[in-house]
Amino acid sequence: MDDLYRDYILEHYKRPHNFGELEPHDLESHEHNPLCGDELGVHITVKDGRIEDLKFHGHGCAISQASASIASEELIGMELDEVGELDADWMIELLGIPVSATRRKCALLNLKVVRGAVTGDNAWPA
Amino acid sequence: MPPVASPTTSLDVKADFPIFARRFDGRELIYLDSGATSQKPAVVIDALAEHLREHNANVHRGVYALAQEADAAYDGARRRVAAFVGASPRTTVFTKNVTEAINLLAYAWGRGGVAGRANVGPGDAILITQLEHHANIVPWQMLCRERGAQLRYLEVDERGELSLEQLDAELARGDVRLVAFAHVSNVLGTIVPVAAMCARIRAAGAVSLVDGAQAVPHMPVDVEAIGADFYAWTGHKALGPTGIGVLHGRAEVMEEMQPFMTGGDMISSVDFQSAEWNELPYKFEAGTPPIAEAVGLGAAVEYLSGLEMERVRAHELALTAYMLERLGEVPGLRVVGPPQAERRGGLASFTIEGIHPHDVAELADRGGVCIRAGHHCAQPLMRCLGVGATARASVGVYNEPADVDALVDALLAGRAVFGL
Repeated sequence: MDDLYRDYILEHYKRPHNFGELEPHDLESHEHNPLCGDELGVHITVKDGRIEDLKFHGHGCAISQASASIASEELIGMELDEVGELDADWMIELLGIPVSATRRKCALLNLKVVRGAVTGDNAWPA
Repeated sequence: MPPVASPTTSLDVKADFPIFARRFDGRELIYLDSGATSQKPAVVIDALAEHLREHNANVHRGVYALAQEADAAYDGARRRVAAFVGASPRTTVFTKNVTEAINLLAYAWGRGGVAGRANVGPGDAILITQLEHHANIVPWQMLCRERGAQLRYLEVDERGELSLEQLDAELARGDVRLVAFAHVSNVLGTIVPVAAMCARIRAAGAVSLVDGAQAVPHMPVDVEAIGADFYAWTGHKALGPTGIGVLHGRAEVMEEMQPFMTGGDMISSVDFQSAEWNELPYKFEAGTPPIAEAVGLGAAVEYLSGLEMERVRAHELALTAYMLERLGEVPGLRVVGPPQAERRGGLASFTIEGIHPHDVAELADRGGVCIRAGHHCAQPLMRCLGVGATARASVGVYNEPADVDALVDALLAGRAVFGL
């Protein structure tokens, strides 16, 4: 069993949840990881201050795709205020694998995109 | 597929490089990332240390014996480095790296002029190629934007090659002032026909700049024979230290150029309102130069000369041919660039269906193999190739066929991890 490429990570990579486009949508953002050229965008619909639905699109490595897929399950239904509070530890813990310093941005790209769409702050999550 | 026989290669020098004595969790270092930076032989490490221990002083100022030793070491390094590629010390400028060398030209030549005529202005064009590294794109974008000039590209075909006919057509338009291009592509490995291109560019009255970062450490290079007006390369990819690059130029063009950076050492005299420039090459070396780094690079080129660059090329060609053949055993693997090893420098960029290049590099590391993944600072080229990223394996003098075997084993094991 590989530490990083666990079965559920590869499963999310090969068949990511909540991927595609969402038209119409209320919020959107698009980011790329300058280190590897990976791109990830998000479409979000909002209802009663919560994320009603969300879809990612783009391309990337197993870690970035699986992170987005896993996070999407948690993000749908979440209050927008709460999304703004999410930090890097939340994502890494949710992912459940040891992420090296060089792969950290792969894991955090989806949160950067979502926070960018929701709060307008597109800084890397700390 | 039948197993491919290991080739006999002409060099066996891994033992000259102390880093290969290191172990990573008990495993040997399999280093296939020389396109990013080379490892250093003991003679380079020792030359740097000896200079700092025994001969350290600033250059071009001191009268004491130690300062004269530092002068001799620095000037001696310049002579060695120039001789290594058939250039003159007088027109050999030390920079920080190739990026700085290209910026030097983009500023000192690009913003300059001769006899009241700007070198680059509205209606003029700079011609580069789709093969270029960002270092040979962005300085020209900035220059063209500032000067109202046009930036045009020579196209790369599906085999990773440029076309001399397209170059002729571009030059025939009469507006091209400078053509800048890589000697060897850092992504595709393509060896560009630099001498033929430089002759055409000279005949058209334009200035040529060759980025030799991926060529000089790997094959015989004679900048005089190539006929480039400017030729840039970097120390750290050529077994030398980081922090030193080289720009060779043609004296007539360099004499007409204003300095790039200004300050100490590059002047002959300064009064309160003005200054006069020092002679070549010092006019282009402001401030205390990379002295120890130059000494280290001098030792590196001496080491390479001892190996003989023809043998270095033969060694790396055999390895590259073997690598292309063995990579063919990995299902779903596609190599980009020229199919024939003879048309390439010592590298292969590739993709594997179903595994992102970053994961390919991570999986290679599981087998102790260091390769690179990403856009290789060549995003426009990646767009031409229709890929976001590739994995890249690149060889150096110290590699051996077993390193290629380790790469292929790691890639096959990596496919299994991904359930392919």
